[in-house]
Amino acid sequence: MTTVICVECDGEVELADDVLVGEIVECPDCGVELEVTSVSPLAIELAPEVEEDWGE
Amino acid sequence: MRIGVLYSRIRAEEKLIVEELQRRGVDFAMIDVRQVVFNLETAVSWQQYDVILERCVSHSRALAALQILNSWDIPTVNTAQVAQVCGDKLNTTLALLAHGVPSPEVRIALSTESALQTMDDMGYPVVLKPAVGSWGRLLAKVNDREAAEAILEHKETLGSYHHSILYIQEYVDKPGRDIRSFVVGDQTICAITRSSAHWITNTARGGQSANCAVTPEIDELSRAAARAVGGGVVAVDLLETRDGRLLVNEVNYTMEFRNSITPTGVDIPSRIVDYVLSVGEEGRLEIGDSRLRPSPISHLQSPVSSLHAPITNGGSL
Repeated sequence: MTTVICVECDGEVELADDVLVGEIVECPDCGVELEVTSVSPLAIELAPEVEEDWGE
Repeated sequence: MRIGVLYSRIRAEEKLIVEELQRRGVDFAMIDVRQVVFNLETAVSWQQYDVILERCVSHSRALAALQILNSWDIPTVNTAQVAQVCGDKLNTTLALLAHGVPSPEVRIALSTESALQTMDDMGYPVVLKPAVGSWGRLLAKVNDREAAEAILEHKETLGSYHHSILYIQEYVDKPGRDIRSFVVGDQTICAITRSSAHWITNTARGGQSANCAVTPEIDELSRAAARAVGGGVVAVDLLETRDGRLLVNEVNYTMEFRNSITPTGVDIPSRIVDYVLSVGEEGRLEIGDSRLRPSPISHLQSPVSSLHAPITNGGSL
């Protein structure tokens, strides 16, 4: 596990060792969705909002 | 064999597929569709892939990418045709009807006035759905004319132009659940029930999944629906009517399956990878060594690195 800082609330967010670029994690403090944008070094950004044509 | 996995968001499903590819030592690359730029004059940078597995969360981006890739004869799972049919409920219904696959009654209205008249004619309740959309979002069970007037006014005022196509479906009074079957190739590999006290039973909306035995009827109908939309890897949503019929409600072409592996005991990502590898192998056999030869327009090509920026994993991340 590695810890990064939430870009929204400065809370601590734990990332699994096998985390992938593009994965979405949720901040346990503020609940915002964060997207992993890099794994080396670890970087996160606010995840894009769900768009109308998203789905399966 | 080299596989490209086109994605825009790594959901649990993409992670499971990646793990399966890694476990098998398959050579693959993760390609973020948001970073991709297609140079329509040359396919060269994409010809390194024997098959592309499309796992985008956005229908419009997925469809555009698949149309381009298929125009270059690059095999994809699923094909652009399947995406076009499944990604738009109007197209899905037309395909199901054309192939004689039973589905709920649907009317299409193109104005608020004609929609109201149609709903009156069909009798309430009816279901109003956006033609493009998923996860049970923006579905409306319209219980009476007053509700219909309000919803249509909202759509007219707030909706994008897509909402001017009014897809009105018969309300099927299902027994608190629907059935989702998974078809890979021409095989129904498993099925689940999705139960909810709410009329929307999508697991994305809290529906609870449980194993569902694949009866001969479910199997036959699921495969017929898959064939109607063009085949590949699809999830078929089935509704049970009170008089014991099964109807095909929707077909999903970038199916989510995280909640279906445990109840069914079926290794769905493994079956998907099997299928993707078979499509890639088939493509290699069909094309032979033609991809090694320059295409007639290859002199126009840009440097490969400028076309898109796949994250290459070489089988390991």
